[in-house]
Amino acid sequence: MTQEQKKLICITCPRGCALVVTVEGETVIKTEGNSCKRGVDYATGELKDPRRMVTTTVRVKGGVHPLAPVYTESPIPKPRIFDLLAEVRKIELTAPVKFGDVVIENVLGTGINVLASRNIPAKSETS
Amino acid sequence: MLKKKYDVIVIGAGPAGLAAAIEAKKTGAQDVLVIERAQELGGILQQCIHNGFGLQTFKKDLTGPTYAQRFIDELAGLHVDTLLDAMALNVTSERHVYVTSQSSGFVELDTRALVLAMGCRERTRAQIALPGTRPAGVYTAGTAQRFVNIEGFMPGKCFVILGSGDIGMIMARRLTFEGAKVERVLEIMPFLTGLTRNYVQCLLDYDIPLQLHHTVKRIIGNDRVEAIESVQIDEHRQPMPGTEETIPCDTLLLSVGLIPENELSRKAGVALDPVTGGPFVDEEMQTSVPGIFAAGNVVHVYDLVDWVTQAGLLCGRNAAQYAITARKHDGRRVRMKAGENVRYVIPHILDKESLAESAQLLQMRVTLPIEAPVWVEVMNGEERVTRKAELYVRPGEMVNIDLPQSAYDAVQRASELSVRVVRR
Repeated sequence: MTQEQKKLICITCPRGCALVVTVEGETVIKTEGNSCKRGVDYATGELKDPRRMVTTTVRVKGGVHPLAPVYTESPIPKPRIFDLLAEVRKIELTAPVKFGDVVIENVLGTGINVLASRNIPAKSETS
Repeated sequence: MLKKKYDVIVIGAGPAGLAAAIEAKKTGAQDVLVIERAQELGGILQQCIHNGFGLQTFKKDLTGPTYAQRFIDELAGLHVDTLLDAMALNVTSERHVYVTSQSSGFVELDTRALVLAMGCRERTRAQIALPGTRPAGVYTAGTAQRFVNIEGFMPGKCFVILGSGDIGMIMARRLTFEGAKVERVLEIMPFLTGLTRNYVQCLLDYDIPLQLHHTVKRIIGNDRVEAIESVQIDEHRQPMPGTEETIPCDTLLLSVGLIPENELSRKAGVALDPVTGGPFVDEEMQTSVPGIFAAGNVVHVYDLVDWVTQAGLLCGRNAAQYAITARKHDGRRVRMKAGENVRYVIPHILDKESLAESAQLLQMRVTLPIEAPVWVEVMNGEERVTRKAELYVRPGEMVNIDLPQSAYDAVQRASELSVRVVRR
């Protein structure tokens, strides 16, 4: 089978290493240009099953702000991002929201939870 | 309840201010106060809902609010005072702070050490002199970020973003998530000004086109932005005629740089570096004014919050140490005055506790010669603390006298001491 070189930019950390990945069909043969081993994991994942952490907001009733920021507990498959956003849009929480609250469990059957990023106290609360 | 005087007052409760306050308290500062303009702690992190924070500090990929929450929780456990929804109006070089807020009214506070942590502001349309009409629909990227992420407003439906800074690229993705169309990101420089990872995960992932060497030539629209005219820039940063393109849109976001916010620093007489726009600082993050420290984006604009936290910790530690030393000296120092026939006395100021360790040498010169036996007398008002005999005194010959340890009690009662030379 012929070998092929693919260029990627690792997004694991702010360093943004430029990776050159040698693949044979679906198999990663070699990863170059990475400064740490997370680059190898990223390259392997990005070619087989690209995933992204998704952060967005969800509506909150009775909070100090009308929205609570939320995030996916781990990266979700890239093609499902807009489906996930549609799911989040259906929801309205009631304050108080606590950091780490599960906003959606096992979103879209991915086994991944959507969690609140911070506390949103109810309007009358002082904390 | 606010105190009249603090060991450390921190202005600004963003990542720099939170870290400084936490570390100041941990270092041993007794009373620490954080003054914050917004209604909650955390600063700009609260609107940065994306992840990518804390990889260095916590070895974890956190969102902005989560990163902030860790410091907010730590602060809450340390009994640090906070004054929210409050505006620091003025600061003097003597660290006298004027603050107003709805909860406290107008108050004046003193502090032994002050930490400036006001962060930075975005450059606006006026600062980049963008030509064209002045319709609604032109925002800085950070303002739009606050609208979308905290207040729940979409500022438009169809966007052009000027500037490839991180906030601009992150907003391009964010607006896409919320159903808007981002037509283009324009960058005047020949290179990306934000992080490459953001180009990948914010623009490439969503097919948002980036044009380097391009800028906005003018804004079109009367009541509302209708379009912008873009133009290509040559290597001398001049627009190239014939390369104009009209891009229909209803909103233009500007992500064109940040400027440290130093109005208060200026009022306190802190010297600013014209290059960074922030205070000159030493390795302790102390500014040109003793006892005034600065940390974070108020000093220079950082690309990672982790570095801002580091600067805040360093600054808080040193501010606390400064305050602890200053507190030791509170009411403990006496001024040494030149009395009759004495021109000056060194040291000018004496720590009363220094006598607990050893006698202290006072050195002086007389004003006029006396060719006869004299007393050199150290006086606390009319009370004589100690004296020494000399056979004569002359201005050309320095006079020494030891302030003995036996003078300890007398010195404790004094607020100033004078030295005189009189005939025996």
